[in-house]
Formats: sequence, structure tokens, C-alpha cells
Amino acid sequence: MTRYEADNVDVVVVGGGHAGCEAALASARLGYKTIIFAINLDSIGMLPCNPSIGGSSKGHLVREIDALGGEMGKNIDKTYLQIKMLNTGKGPAVYSLRAQADKNRYSEEMKHTLERTPNLKVRQAEVVELLTENNTVTGVVTAAGAVFRAKTVILAMGTYMKARCLHGETIEYCGPNGLKAANELTKSLEQLGIRILRFKTGTPARIDKRSVDFSKMAPQYGDEEIVPFSFDDNAEDIAREQIPCYLTYTTGETHEIIRANLHRSPLYAGVIEGTGPRYCPSIEDKVVRFSDKPRHQLFIEPEGEFTNELYVQGMSSSLPEEVQIKMYRSVIGLENCEIMRTAYAIEYDCIDATQLKLSLEFKNIKGLFSAGQFNGSSGYEEAAAQGIIAGINAVRYIQEKEPLILDRSDGYIGVLIDDLVTKGSKEPYRMMTSRAEYRLLLRQDNADIRLMPKGHEVGLVSDERYDKLLKKIADTEAEIERIKSINVGPTPAVQAMLEKYGSTPLKSGMKLSELVKRPELDYYKIAEIDPERPELPKNVTEQVNIMVKYEGYIKQQMNQVEQFKKLENKLLPEDIDYTALTNLRIEAKQKLDAIRPRSIGQAARITGVSPADITALLIHLEQLKR
Amino acid sequence: MSLIILDDIIAAISTPPGNGGIGIVRLSGKGCIEKADEIFKSRTGVKLTDKKSHTVTYGDITDGEEIIDEAIVTVMRAPSTYTKEDIVEINCHGGNGVTSSVLSLVIKKGARLAEPGEFTKRAFLNGRIDLTQAEAVMDIIEAKTDAARKAAVDQLSGRLKEEISALRDDILSSIATVEAAIDYPEHDIEEITYFDLGEDCKRFINKLEALLETSERGKIIKEGISTAIIGKPNSGKSSLLNYLLDEERAIVTDIAGTTRDTVEEFINLDGIPVKLIDTAGIRETGDIVEKIGVDKSKASAENADLCIFITDASEALTKEDKEILEFVKDKKIIALFNKTDKGIDTDTDYVKNIVGEENCLFVSVKKGEGINMLLNRIKEMFLGGDINFGGETLINNVRHKNLLYNTLESINNAVVAIDNRIPEDFVSLDLKQAYEYLGEIIGESVDEDIIDKIFSKFCLGK
Repeated sequence: MTRYEADNVDVVVVGGGHAGCEAALASARLGYKTIIFAINLDSIGMLPCNPSIGGSSKGHLVREIDALGGEMGKNIDKTYLQIKMLNTGKGPAVYSLRAQADKNRYSEEMKHTLERTPNLKVRQAEVVELLTENNTVTGVVTAAGAVFRAKTVILAMGTYMKARCLHGETIEYCGPNGLKAANELTKSLEQLGIRILRFKTGTPARIDKRSVDFSKMAPQYGDEEIVPFSFDDNAEDIAREQIPCYLTYTTGETHEIIRANLHRSPLYAGVIEGTGPRYCPSIEDKVVRFSDKPRHQLFIEPEGEFTNELYVQGMSSSLPEEVQIKMYRSVIGLENCEIMRTAYAIEYDCIDATQLKLSLEFKNIKGLFSAGQFNGSSGYEEAAAQGIIAGINAVRYIQEKEPLILDRSDGYIGVLIDDLVTKGSKEPYRMMTSRAEYRLLLRQDNADIRLMPKGHEVGLVSDERYDKLLKKIADTEAEIERIKSINVGPTPAVQAMLEKYGSTPLKSGMKLSELVKRPELDYYKIAEIDPERPELPKNVTEQVNIMVKYEGYIKQQMNQVEQFKKLENKLLPEDIDYTALTNLRIEAKQKLDAIRPRSIGQAARITGVSPADITALLIHLEQLKR
Repeated sequence: MSLIILDDIIAAISTPPGNGGIGIVRLSGKGCIEKADEIFKSRTGVKLTDKKSHTVTYGDITDGEEIIDEAIVTVMRAPSTYTKEDIVEINCHGGNGVTSSVLSLVIKKGARLAEPGEFTKRAFLNGRIDLTQAEAVMDIIEAKTDAARKAAVDQLSGRLKEEISALRDDILSSIATVEAAIDYPEHDIEEITYFDLGEDCKRFINKLEALLETSERGKIIKEGISTAIIGKPNSGKSSLLNYLLDEERAIVTDIAGTTRDTVEEFINLDGIPVKLIDTAGIRETGDIVEKIGVDKSKASAENADLCIFITDASEALTKEDKEILEFVKDKKIIALFNKTDKGIDTDTDYVKNIVGEENCLFVSVKKGEGINMLLNRIKEMFLGGDINFGGETLINNVRHKNLLYNTLESINNAVVAIDNRIPEDFVSLDLKQAYEYLGEIIGESVDEDIIDKIFSKFCLGK
């Protein structure tokens, strides 16, 4: 193949999925010449599996991306079919925003946003080789022999690497949705010493709306009062008519069909070698592992406004097509359903993310970053979150600045990256609220307060947007101060209000803030005894209510974070020779040498490093200092 | 994930284990002077926080209204201290009972039991000691930290460990139910109700209280009451040991001592493990060997929680008898006047003055008379709290008990949250904390447990 010099840029992004889009937008918006490659331009921002964005903990990620100056929140606000706040009964930390997305519109909008962004070129091509010199990345080569020189490269190939899709005995060597797989790049990466893993995941069938009997299912509507994903969007501006989803169930017959054909599933027949995620089991898995469950719930979700395709959430499968037809038709309401796309399992190459630093740069190749499902994660939101960090840090690498590293107390993004990079993953990693130890502080409502200052410092958040945030913070603090200083006495008005909410009457004076803390009351309920209350926007009163009401719990977590930060701030030099530290146990030496943690805190989270090893490291650090 | 903390208040007994005249409990870390004020009432009413650095204050160590001991407390303020942090040293009466009660008390008030070498570690990390000493510090820490943790876990009896594991798994189940509903809100998981959570917590509390009661009685430690049988040659030590071993069929193990020429045997006294140490096996002839006999008695008595002193009731107390008694007089002692079958002709008052009348028993090991009184007396002393475990085992006992209390407190917090209908997200935090504390007792960390449990318990996913 003849090669030719095609272009010279600052940042090359390989892959146009959710990680790639955020990465490319971040670097281009920061003023750096960027080119993004997709194997097919129609697949930019594609949602190849579920037609939804957000959900528990993933909604948090979208908000954090938005606070940093990313695109995902704005894009879903433009293209949602339905929005719902989940978990509203369960405490403010776990409120989670979820939207059904119009797949084609989501993808189109994202693509067009890329196309309109200055400094950003969008190019359809398969990258087949990575160029390096002296362990430093210098560019990429496409299948057509085009050489693109670059200061940094961001890998974001998702599930396309040596991908194969399987159902029954049918194996197709392609990426998701029948798109071409990327079969060359793995070899080039392996030659650079990068360790490759093989993961799997799956997707259910898409069925024709005309063939579904919705009368047998329970409709699921969106919220009447919606909350936008982006902190910049107003609910009124993005309001539109919402489309319902439908709830239905599998039947005993479904389970019988599955059991009778289990041997034909590539997973059970041993054809699939990749490791699949526990949280995204196929319907076969569910029936086998939870054999006592008489039925499994399924959601029928629209894929878009201008398509008849429906997504059968809860029923991914890799059974043979003819079994799938019988299986889906045994579901209540799907008796006559027509499959438009067959369910399949997909296997793909990805990396062991412990090869990366917390900045998402490879430890052994300078200027090479990696983000998204290729890092062993799962989900659009997890991918986008890594994408924006990789984009920012690629730029900071060029600028020779310290990378932006979010820690576990900064946000879910910090938890996600720390988990991937410190512990690696044996299955595609899904974000969950239970993974965030400081989740009371990492709420979706305060993602802007937590991360927008960082986004502003990096340069992705405008001064105007940042000033708005500062005003919100100032208003919140002033209002908290105010209600902490106002005393109310046992007046008839106060006692009447308390009685109305079944709250104990006052014997003597009490601060308004103390009343807010009572379980049966809140900031909004006591408005009637607070005549001086200023007119404040909902995003302020929401903060006031949460921060006052749960003050005790919040303070407790803040104390924990303070301790946590002390260890995170003890940085380990990059060039420590762990094998030469005599006081470390052998296992700890090997682990520390492989992971090369950034701080004592990160070192302590490595499996196989004991408290005594940490003491040895602390003492070594102290010795270095003297 | 249990966090490593660099500058909290740590506490430990800084005098060697055993039976010195004075025991010192040392605290180090920011806020330790305030902490000491919580348990110390000076005779003049002055607060320790108002005292100058490097001064001593006389007063009482108190737990609420109860006076634990009188003590002299030294306050040393940062940075001119060993650790370069604030330090408080409580000089109280020696003997494991008192010193460890004081230690337990400061731990109950929120100090953390120091790891081996931790004071020295802080001294180094805070720049107090020099580089050459650092290596020595590392040796201490390396040798002891992991070993001590392992030992602490190993000392749990198998049954207790199982019980804690079972309780821990039970708590994990509750957490997983709450967490699964949070992470999969749209799934048809049966939502756990406040009522269910409350019932769960009640169950946890009952279990914890039972465990605490067990630990109060000391059974938490596998090792047992270390009991030395002492006395001059031919007073009947070996006969007593053999008799007890024959009578009490539940022999746990026998280890023939090789280094100290002592024999250690375990008996199970109605569920109380007793480790008997005997200076048997010594050939007891000639003057020199008589001396050895006394020395051996001293050696085995040194680390014992309880001494059984045997003397021949049929003859007058000898010089060796008196020397042995003098040596152990600060210990818990049961004195046996043996060989009553041969008649009683000895100075019983001399012994009674030292060990107390209630601890003087007349027996005939040969005829098996009076042995039941001995066994009952051991049980009484143990259950009455008169006997305390010594050394490391005691320290671990403090640690375990403290963690059980912390667990209980977390569950109680959960109950308060449930009663106030605080969202279950918060309840889950308290349960997780409880789960972590229990994990520390049995040496297990949290890590992926919750997520593993969620996916093994519930069918979730798209």
C-alpha cells in the first residue's frame, strides 16, 4: 500500500462514538486542530443498544459531563422522547435523570454539532496503524494509506475492534448494527506492547410497532414537569410532547422455549470466549440463573419518532433467529410481533485499563490516550465521561500542563476512572451509585457546583456560564445563612403550620433551619411562617433544602473526604523503583510496579497492597523528602 | 474500603504487658488533650486543656460517675513531643486490669487503638527521628502490623468468626436490597420497606448484643485463661494437673513446652477455656534444682492471668513458699493447701493475708477432695471479671469489643434514621458502616461485596 502524507493536526480521535465525540469536541473547542475518524460517518453518536440516556448513576455522569462543558446533556435535551426523574422517593443523592432518546435524531444532532465546530474535521476512514517514535505517539495511518501526523492520539474504538456478532450458529464478522469491524488496529497496538482483553455484550431484537398489542401492556409516561439534563437548558424551552414506553412480561412459555434451546446459544455452547457483564445478562442468563422467577419484566421502548422500530428492553439474546421469533412471540402483547433486527451478542477487543494513568494516557506511550468502551467500560455515559477527560488531557499534554484528574470525591467520573485504572475490570464496567463512597456529596443536582469551576479553569466553560454558577452559589449560601439566623417562636401561626404536617409543637424558640431538618418538614413547607423569604430560583431553593435538611450526614461525609484527600495529596514520584524497596512485600512490589499509582491514596486501593505496605511507602516518601 | 488515617487520635498501653507497678496509657494526635479531659477529673478541678505543656496533673480516671482509678496525667503539646503531635500520658496503677480498663475507656470515647510501631511511625513521618531510626521503625512495623492483624483474626474462636460472618452476610443482604432498588429503579424488585428494614435492624441488634455479652465474658479469645500452677517441688503440682486433665475430659490440645521446660494443657471449664501451665518435667533433687524450681515458677507465673499456688498443708511454710508468694502477690491467686489427708499444720494466716481468705482452699489432690471448690472458684473469678487476659490477647479483645460497639452504634443510627423516615439511601450508609466494622474484626474488606451481592440476589439488567 502506497502511503501519502494527508494532514498534520494536534489531536487525532479514533472512533466517533460517545467517547470520541466528547473527546474531539473538547480538544477542538479548546482551540486545537482535531480530526475525528469514524468507520462510517452515519454511526457518529450512534446508540447501538438501548435508546436511552441516563438512569441511576449514569444520569449523574451526564450532568457531570455537562458541568465540565461536554455535549451529551445538551444533545439529549434536543432529542429526547421522554424524560423522567427516577428514585425521587429515595433521597436526593440517588435522584436520577433518565431519558428515552430518538436514536436517529440523537446521532444526527451530534454529527451536525461536530460538523459545525471550528477546528474539527470529521472523516470517514478506518485507522489501521498507530505511529510512534521513542515511545511517543506521532500519528495514525488509515486503510487507504493516508498518514495523519498528530501530537496526540485518543483511542475510542468502542466495540469495533475485531468484533464479531453472534446469534445461534450464525457468526458475522462485523461491529454493532452490521457496521464494518476494525480488524487491523489490534495488531498495531499489540506490537506497541499494549495488552488486549476480549469482552462481550449483547442487545435485544427490534420489533415492528404495527405488530404489537399495546392494550395488553402498561404504558409508562414521562414526567409532567421535566428537568433538563443540561444546566444551561430551561424546562420550558425544551418541552415537547412525550412518547410513552410500555411494560410487559415474559411467560412460562418463554422460559420453556429458552431452556429447550439453550444448547444452541453460542454462550452456552462455549463459542463465545469473551467475558460478559453481570448487569446486562441475556434473557438466557436470567432464566438459568434465576430459574425460580416465574416471569421477567420487559420494557417496550420507542427507538424514535420517525421509525416503527421498538427496543425490547430486558430481552437481549444470542439464541438462533428462529428460536428468537418464537421466544419474542411468547411475550404478553408480542404474540404476533415481527422482528425487524435480530438480537445478537457481540465480542470485541478492548484493553486492560490498568495500562493507563488517571489522566487516561498510556503509561508506556506518551501522548496516546484511550477512552470509552475500549477501556473495558460499558454504557454510552461511561464512554462519554472518559471521552471528555481524554480530550481535555490530550490538550493539556500538548500545553505541557498538569492533567485534569477528578478524584473519587469530585464526581462519579472520578470514581469511574479510578476504578478502571486502579483495579482494571474483568467484565464491562457499569457505573453504579453503590460504587461512589461519597455519594451524598456527588449528587446530580450539584454537579455544576462540583465541576463547573474545573470546566471553567480548563477553558470549556464560558465566563458567562461560570458567573451564573457563582451567583447560584452565593444565593444559596446567603439563603442558608438567613434561615439559620431567623428564630421563630411558638406563635399560633407556627403551631398551626406544625400541626398541619403532624410535627411536634414548639415549646420555645427555634431556628428556621432546625425546622427544615425535621423529617416531616422541609424548606418549602415552612414557607408560610417565613414571610421574609426572598424570591429565589428552584435550583437555589433545591440546594438550600438539601444542604440544610441533611446537614449532619453531609458534614460526616465531608470529614471523610478530608481524610481521603490527605492521602490523595501525597503524590508518589513517577520514577519510583518499587522493586528496590526492601520493605514492601513481593505481591505489593509487583502490583505497585504494574499500576504505578499517582498517590498514596490510589496505592491503598490496589488489591494486594496492605496497610503495612502503605506505611513502607510513606516512610520512603519521607526519606526522599529529606 | 477502610480508610488509612494519618493523624487521628491513637492510644496504646506503653508499658510492657504484665504486672508492673505503674501502667501508662499514651494518646497521640490532634484533640487528644480534649479527649483526655472527657475521662479525667483533676483533684483541683483544672482542665487538662488549660494546662501548660509538659506538666503533670493528679486526679481520677472516670467513666461517667464511676471512678476507674487514680492517675497522674502528663500533657505534652505539639511539636515538642515524641510524635510531634499533642500527647497525653496517663500513669495509672499497673496490672492489666486497670491499665486496660483505662485504654478501653479512651477507645470507647473515640480514640483508635494504635497499630504496633505507630507512635514511632508518626515520629518519623512528622520529622522527629532521623533516617537511621527509620529502618528500625520499618522492622517493627513490617514484623508486627500484618502479623498482629492476622493474629487478631486468628484469635477469634471458630464459632465466633462464623457468627460474625453470618451476621455480616445478613447485613449485606439488607444493603444489597436497598442498593439494587436504587441502582435499578425501574426493575420490579420488591421494594424494601421501612418496616422490613426496621425488622432487619432489630435482628442485627439482638445478635450484636449477644456477641457483646459473649465478648464481655472474654470467650471472644481462643487462647483461654492462662493459669500457672506454681509451688515448691513435691507440693503436688503435677498431680493436680493430671487430676484436672483426667477429670475434665474435654482436652483441647497439649503442647509439650520445649524451651521453658513447662507443660501447657487446655481444659474446658464449662465453656471457659483454661490454659494450665505446669513446671512439670523438672527433676527435683538437690539444692541447685530446688532453686531452678522456684525460678521456673516465677517464669511461668510472670505471664499468667491466674496463679494456682500449691503448698503442703501438712508442714510449715518454707522459705521457697514465701519467696514464690512474694513474687506473685500482685497477681490473682488461688492458694491450695494440699495433702489435707495428712493433716493441717501450717501458717494459713500468712497465706490468707496475701491472697485473701476466699481464695484459700483446702484440698487433697490424691483423694480428689476439694477440687470442685477450686473449679468453682476459677469460674467465679472469671465470670465476675476478676481475671483479665494478658498482653496481646487482651489488646485484641479491646479491639474486637470496640468494633462490635461501633457496629452496634451504626445499626442504632440506622434505626433512628428509619424511625424518622429518612430516605433509605441514608439508612444504607449506616448499614455499610456497620458492615465495614464487622469486616475489620474478621479481617475482610468491603470492595466489590455489595455489587456481587446485588447481582447474585437480583435479576437485573436490560
